[in-house]
Amino acid sequence: MKMFFLKSLATKNETLVAVVIIAFCILATFSDPLFLSVTTLTDLLRASVVIGILAVAAMMVLISGGIDVSFTAIAVFAMYSTTVLTLGFMPDMPWYCIFAISIGIGAFLGAINGFFVVICGLPTLIVTLGTLSVFRGFLLTFIGSQRISALPPEMRGFSRMMIARGTTEAGSFYAIPWAVAALVIVVLLTLFILHKTMLGRSIFAIGGSLESARRIGINVRGAQFFVYCYVGALSGLAGIIHGAMGRMADPFSLVGLELSVIAAVVLGGARLIGGYGTLTGTLLGVSLIVLVENSLIVVGIPSTWQFVTIGLLILLGTGLPAWQAKRAAAKSA
Amino acid sequence: MSKIDDDTFIEMKGIGKKYGGVTALDNVDFRVKTGEAISLAGENGSGKSTLIKILVGVEQPTFGQIVIDGKSYSQLSPRLAAANGISVIFQDFSLFSNLTVAENIAFAAQLSEKKRLFDRAATLSIAQKALDRIGVNINLNSRVETLPVAHKQLVAICRGLASNARLIIMDEPTTALTGREVKALLSIIRKLKDSGIAVVFVSHKLAEVLEVCEEVFVLRNGKNAANGPARDFDAASLTKHMTGRDISEAKPPLNIDKAKNLLVVDQLGKEGAFSDINFKLKEGEVLGISGVLGSGRTSLAKALFGLVAPEKGRITLSGNNVPLGNPIAATQAGIGYVPEDRLTEGLFLTQSIIRNVSVSRFDDHQSGGFLNLTSLFDEARGWIEKLRIKAADCEAEVKSLSGGNQQRVALARWLSRAPKVLVLNGPSVGVDVGSKADIHAIIRELAESGMGIIVISDDLPELLATCGQILMMKDGRIDSIVRAEETNEIELAAKLAS
Repeated sequence: MKMFFLKSLATKNETLVAVVIIAFCILATFSDPLFLSVTTLTDLLRASVVIGILAVAAMMVLISGGIDVSFTAIAVFAMYSTTVLTLGFMPDMPWYCIFAISIGIGAFLGAINGFFVVICGLPTLIVTLGTLSVFRGFLLTFIGSQRISALPPEMRGFSRMMIARGTTEAGSFYAIPWAVAALVIVVLLTLFILHKTMLGRSIFAIGGSLESARRIGINVRGAQFFVYCYVGALSGLAGIIHGAMGRMADPFSLVGLELSVIAAVVLGGARLIGGYGTLTGTLLGVSLIVLVENSLIVVGIPSTWQFVTIGLLILLGTGLPAWQAKRAAAKSA
Repeated sequence: MSKIDDDTFIEMKGIGKKYGGVTALDNVDFRVKTGEAISLAGENGSGKSTLIKILVGVEQPTFGQIVIDGKSYSQLSPRLAAANGISVIFQDFSLFSNLTVAENIAFAAQLSEKKRLFDRAATLSIAQKALDRIGVNINLNSRVETLPVAHKQLVAICRGLASNARLIIMDEPTTALTGREVKALLSIIRKLKDSGIAVVFVSHKLAEVLEVCEEVFVLRNGKNAANGPARDFDAASLTKHMTGRDISEAKPPLNIDKAKNLLVVDQLGKEGAFSDINFKLKEGEVLGISGVLGSGRTSLAKALFGLVAPEKGRITLSGNNVPLGNPIAATQAGIGYVPEDRLTEGLFLTQSIIRNVSVSRFDDHQSGGFLNLTSLFDEARGWIEKLRIKAADCEAEVKSLSGGNQQRVALARWLSRAPKVLVLNGPSVGVDVGSKADIHAIIRELAESGMGIIVISDDLPELLATCGQILMMKDGRIDSIVRAEETNEIELAAKLAS
């Protein structure tokens, strides 16, 4: 029984990723004793907010059996156009109104994805590849392609709102911004939707078998449409936080990040065939990717190697459990 | 039956269904009484699936009436059928392999209560109640993907029960079950009947479930072929009604004593799969190879065609050496191979018949570098006619054909290359009774034309019906060689089991 438990633990992506993270931290601490500090931790936490929210969104689509690659374009579209709108009409709007607008724009763009996927019945990868390009092109052509560093004052204000700040005994400065709370809220909300509502269970069911879901009377279209709108809304949120924390609305940012995000989700155990995915796994995946992207240099690996490292992690992290499952299947056959 | 007419739960009267110009059902009657088990028998393409689809509201009838509890409908919808307690268990069970047993059982019931929040406690109790009703114990929290097939079926039955089913329709319920599991299923069916739930078995393999059934309905070519109390039927009469003809198994052996050796296999061996394989195949001979799973029969079949590379030995065809482990060379030498799992190994399911037939031979249909479509079509039509493939036309997707017809398309592909030796691995797996007999007749015709045929199968009646000699394999070796006319099924089964 104990052996079985250990075995099932070893085949889990979550465990694997957690082990890699711990190993990385031990290695990093050896080569730089300062690595294990509040400062590093808060830095990494800050860096995780945007990618974390996007990863939660991407995970939801993967669970429903689809894939979305357009969420970065939605995020940057929502962020930039919200900034332009705010500066143009009401520069002194409170930050929560700005956020609401960005989330609304994101949800609307997500609904466009939903329209093509649900109403037209097109494959999700193709739809979102298309909209990725269209959203981005539309933004650069019609809304603007200039970087805006003079953000609305309330956006700058948000980036200075801290849950906690201080100086460590070693004398280095650390701060936890309120943006981290946004990630926490998103995680809790998604946890509630996925595990405590029939809608969430339906999303899992659809990912498990679309045909079976239809047969037992699940509102497949409704649930799928919700997923794409929700992803859009989260992307809008992630986009505006990205803009605020970076103190700049850059229409060229974010796009290109989508594969890292999906990598994080897949590392966390979500499967591309749908029906599987946990928030714990996704957050662990995000931690690992953020760690690699920000701290590889600490263990003496040049930062240009981070792509190779991430790639190898994906191959290992998803390949190993798959290989083990295949061997187990071959044995039992 | 002593039951009075008031017991009638569902009655389908004069049901007709047309798809375009094709009549799938023609004036079919069907009746289900409360707490009764019914066999709905018919070959693939007999219309039994269409009838069921109409009953569960997935398809609408062109003519006819459906009376449920005395209320008459001209058509049903899935929702209406479900509301009337009609529940269907598809062959693939339609379960969510990523969800737990409890959720799979209770999901539909929870949905019909229009709840917004997921109630875990209610889910568990609904599931436990359903399992208790059939007296089965399955861990409610395990994922369905980890369950054996028989348990998945039980979960599907429980899901019907949890949704207050009054009729459970089971599509091909016994195909994936072992003998013991079938017995367990039958005792559960008896329990269901006692609690007033009707059961309809839809299958072309019904002998196994006949003992729990009260009524039998047989469909053939979209019409009622026979119906009556189950005790009036047995396996033979069912087959007769399903096919409309007597299928005799015994045929005189082919005379091949003077024929030339065609394929000679000499000391063939592969580490861990088989060793010391020696046999000769003559022109016009049908040779059977059998053995239990893991005896090396499939590896040997693949080795003959080069899909598996043996380390030792040699294969010669008409005196010429055939390179080992090279399917292209084997094909060129004149060996054809129809795999066991035609769905994943043999056919392009989403492509047309014509493409499937001609895929390996585009070279033969070219003129000046262009494909000659006329000759392609002529050839495909020729095979459709010769092998009696039932299809609307040669551009029909292979996936739309029945199992027997798919197998014929796979055969046509190889026959069109005019091979000297044809290796058939499980030629009638997943094929209905009538098609099976047709395929056996085709095998025989081919042998009479001088082709050497190797049939690999664990279907003993099939081997006895088609082969002259049978090689029995065991642990990777040829255990014995028996002549078909000198043995019988019981002896062969004993050899297999020993």
